[in-house]
This record gives sequence, structure tokens and C-alpha cells, in this order.
Amino acid sequence: MRKIFSHTEGMITDPMHYCPGCTHGIIHRLVGETLIELGIRERAVGISPVGCSVFTYKYFRCDMFQASHGRAPAVATGAKRCRPELVVFCYQGDGDLAAIGTSEIIHAANRGEKITCIFVNNAIYGMTGGQMAPTTIPGQRTSTTPGGRNVAEDGFPLKMSEILSQLQTPGYIARVSMHSPAEIIKAKQIVRKAFEYQVSNTCFSFVEFLSTCPTNWGMSPVDSLNWMKTNMLPYYPLGEHKIPEKHEGGSR
Amino acid sequence: MAKILMKGNEAIGEAAIKAGCLHFFGYPITPQNELPEYLSKRLPQVGGKYIQTESEVATSNMIFGAAGVGVRVMTSSSSPGISLMSEGLSYLAGAELPAVIVNMMRAGPGLAGILPAQSDYAHATRGTAHGDFELIVLAPSSVQEAVDLTILSFELAEKYRNPVMLLGDGMIGQMMEPVEFPDVEVGPPMKAADWALTGCKGREPRLVSSLFLDPVELNEKNHERFARYKVIKDNEARHELYNCDEPYDVLITAFGVMSRVCKSAIQELKGQGINVGMFRPITVKPFPSEQCSAAIFKSKRVLDVEMNMGQMLVDIQLAANGKREVDFMGKCGGLTPSIEDVIESVHSTLAKIKGGVA
Repeated sequence: MRKIFSHTEGMITDPMHYCPGCTHGIIHRLVGETLIELGIRERAVGISPVGCSVFTYKYFRCDMFQASHGRAPAVATGAKRCRPELVVFCYQGDGDLAAIGTSEIIHAANRGEKITCIFVNNAIYGMTGGQMAPTTIPGQRTSTTPGGRNVAEDGFPLKMSEILSQLQTPGYIARVSMHSPAEIIKAKQIVRKAFEYQVSNTCFSFVEFLSTCPTNWGMSPVDSLNWMKTNMLPYYPLGEHKIPEKHEGGSR
Repeated sequence: MAKILMKGNEAIGEAAIKAGCLHFFGYPITPQNELPEYLSKRLPQVGGKYIQTESEVATSNMIFGAAGVGVRVMTSSSSPGISLMSEGLSYLAGAELPAVIVNMMRAGPGLAGILPAQSDYAHATRGTAHGDFELIVLAPSSVQEAVDLTILSFELAEKYRNPVMLLGDGMIGQMMEPVEFPDVEVGPPMKAADWALTGCKGREPRLVSSLFLDPVELNEKNHERFARYKVIKDNEARHELYNCDEPYDVLITAFGVMSRVCKSAIQELKGQGINVGMFRPITVKPFPSEQCSAAIFKSKRVLDVEMNMGQMLVDIQLAANGKREVDFMGKCGGLTPSIEDVIESVHSTLAKIKGGVA
């Protein structure tokens, strides 16, 4: 019998700690497959954040850092500048990247660090139990916005892809979604492209994944995907927000 | 190599290159700016990298990333910036990474002042950041010693896989003195480390982390770290004794540049027929307690002189172990006790000895 699907060599086969229905596992796999397809696993260094994906280092079959909260792009900068031959990627959630780590991601992108950032946006703090995230949708109920996010007091959710796309420095910035197999296949192509831009030493690359949190949203996995499609997609438009070829300034 | 006249901050930068450090990350702050400015020009000349960061928080995490891939790395800052680096220092210690951090101390607390002070002794030696760890902290008293201790800092950081702080009172960075460097253009690179993240070709993947959720494992890790620290204390504590061969009633304790003022005061007191000894820790962490005790017990009373409110005083009192009284004289805010201040304080301490004051 012919084997048509198996584990990727880019990942370790241990069971994951993620909740049922969480899309982190799929996103990990897209990254793991890319490390193998581009032949870069043996020179890859990944950076785990703080949050639900804190244990990312247990799942990728490559050298890994575990960084402090929000600082993965700074750790990546240190690693990449000192060993440019490495392929360095950060894996961060919305609290990590868009709240405590806002400064680090903006400046890493602005310096045009040749790193790849995987940003998982599920509009909530998962690890700590479902508090409001910087990307929580207006009106969305969380454990710290029991009446729903009130934009008069909490402001509007941060659109990180759009914010980073404003920078003059060339970069590759894209937003993808995990709500259907078709979108996952598209996401895979974009992840691959993001890593290719690093491998060719072209520019900073950033992929924002719209994701779910069935546990803290209090919904089934299927309902979560539907909720994401209905409520998150209109606010967070998908697609390539910035590509280096269309930008003036040239590569460093 | 012939001696050249150099500003302390620039000399430390050059010393780093002579130690084989080709990577510097830093954020501007007075009074250490000459150090990154010097390296921003010098590092590209020797194939190195200078990166100006967006904050000291980011800096401390960039040096975490650099150290984790197994290269020699340094940053420098001054007091308020060092507070912001506390996060990275704790993670460096937790993940057992070598890095050198220069603190050209200015007056504190808060934004306080930009003039030289010794305001961060306690922060450097006790309360650096969260968690169970110790820095190795070296306190130079001259530009030449700053050069020598910078080179030593890298050796100790790598030997013990522990972050090392070079603790200079702002003056060290600002003053010009003749210095001599080792006769090399650039020091040799760091040896390949079996923990460094260099890509997993031909081996199992590695992890650089300070996360240990298993309490038994974390307990063991911290015990291991402190066993290593005991070795550092036994083997690396350094101090200077000044004018301690002749009998003395009063022993002055001072560190950094303050010790130079005290030396001048001791010379003047000699002219008055008063012999005063001085003990200066060169490693303020580990503090050379036994050596300090030995010097203290040859005196009748101790005078601790600092450019702060008495942050080293507790280490001196511990070394005195309740057997000698320790007087304190300090100025802060950017003021430095003068030779006259020290002489006056020595007379006051002598009067207490004569008067039998406790």
C-alpha cells in the first residue's frame, strides 16, 4: 500500500499540549513542512514565545530558543545578526506580539531583519485563561471584558499586518486564515514564500494567521471556525499586504 | 604595545575587540555614549557588527539571542538602562549564557542625574532581577584596569556560562588615562560550544531556555548554578590591599574610582604620621569576604567610603562579623567625597577609637 500522508520530518512526533480544536497544530505543521521542503531544517533556529505556544520548542525538529514575553523578534535579531547563515523564525501569539512585544516587532520589521515571524491571532489570551487581547474584536466577550470589548475604553483591535505594512522598509507581510482546508492550502504557500524571502536574504517576512480558541471562546471547534469567519475576517482582511518587489527603497 | 591616551568608554570598546568580541547591541544613554559610538565605527573595520536597538529591554534580549548562537557579545548602558535590562539578565542567567554588560553608573534613583555615582552596587550584587542567580561583577578603578577587567569579563562569562557585569562609576567612562592593550588586532573567536544554537546539521536539535516547569528539575538547576557560584567565589574573587603592610588602626573600604581618592587621602595622612590601610574589592560579586575580614581584623575600626548611601556597607559589616564597628561616609547625586572629606572622616573614626565609642 502506498503511504500518501505522514508526519513531517520538520516536527517531532510527540503529542501536543494544545486544546482540542486549536489550530496551532496545523500552523506548526505548515512551518515544519516548509523547513523540510526548502531544505533549511538543519540551519533553522526557532524562537518560542510566552503564551499558549510557549512549548513550540518541543515540536519543531530544529534548534530552538525559548524567549521572554514579547521579545522573540529581539532574540531573533541577536541570533540572525551574529550568524546570518541561520534561518531564524519567531512563533508568537497576539498577546506576545501585539501587546507586550509591539515595540520589538515594529523595530525588527523596520530594521529589515532577515527573519520570519509567524503571528497567531486568535483574538484572546489563551494560556492565562481567556482575557482580552490587543486583537480582541469590538464587542467580543472575554474574561476581562464580560460586557464585550468596549472600544470607548479599550480602543480598537490592532491590525498588526496593516501596521507593519506602513513601514518604508521593504518586507513581506501577509494575513492568512485557518477556517477551511482551502485557506490552509493558501496559507502554506504564503508561509513558504515568507521563508523564501529570508533564505534569499531579501527582506523581513511576517505571516499573520487568523486562528481560534474553542476553549476560551466557549464554543465547539466547528462553531469557533464559523465565528472566526463571520466576525474576524471582516475586520482582518486576508491576503498579501505588502511585498518587497512593489516597494521602493531596495534591499539592504 | 605602546601606551596610548584613551577615554575609558572607548578603551572598554577596544578591549572588547581585543577579547574577540565582535558583536555589540546598545541603546544611547549618558554617560556611556562614547562606548557604542566608538564601536559603531570600529566594529565594521574588524568584521564585526554594531546594532543600535530600540530599547534596553530589546537590547538585553538581543544579547540573549546572540549569546545563544555561541558568539561573544557585549552591551553597555547606565543605571536607568540597566534597570530595563533586568529582564534579559535574568533570562541569560537562567539559560546559562555568557555575555558582558557594562554599567557606567550615574546617580539614582529614577532619572535622577547624569553625573558619576556608585548607585547600582546593590542592584548589581543583590537585586539584579527576578529569580535565584548571581552576576559576576567587576569594578575597575582606572582606565587600564577597565581594559584588563573587560578582557577578564569575557573569560569568566564563558568559563562559568554566566553573565558578567563591568561596574564602572561614570568617571571611569569619562576620564582619559594612558592604557596598554594586548598585542593583537582582534582576539580569537569563542570556542565552539556544545550548547550553542548553530543549526542541527549532523546532531540532535538543541534548546536554549530558562523554562523549567518541573519543580524538581528547577530546584536542581538552581542548586547547580549556586554550586558553580561557590567555585567562582573560591577561585575568582579579586581584591587590592593598599598600605596594609604597616600597622593601621583604621581600615578604609572603597571600590572603583572612590578608592583612588582614598589612596590620595591615605598618602596625606601618612604625612600627618597616621597610617591607614585600604581594602578594595575588585570583584564586588563575588565579594572577597575572607580577604576583607582578614584586613578588617588587623584594624581597630573600619571606615567605608562610597559614592552612594552605603550600598557596599552591608558586605563590609558582614566581613566585620560584629567584631569591628564600621563607620560610613558617602556622597551621592553625582558628588564625590573629596580627599579632605576622607581625611576628616578618618579623624572622626580615630576619635571614636580613642573615645571608646561603639
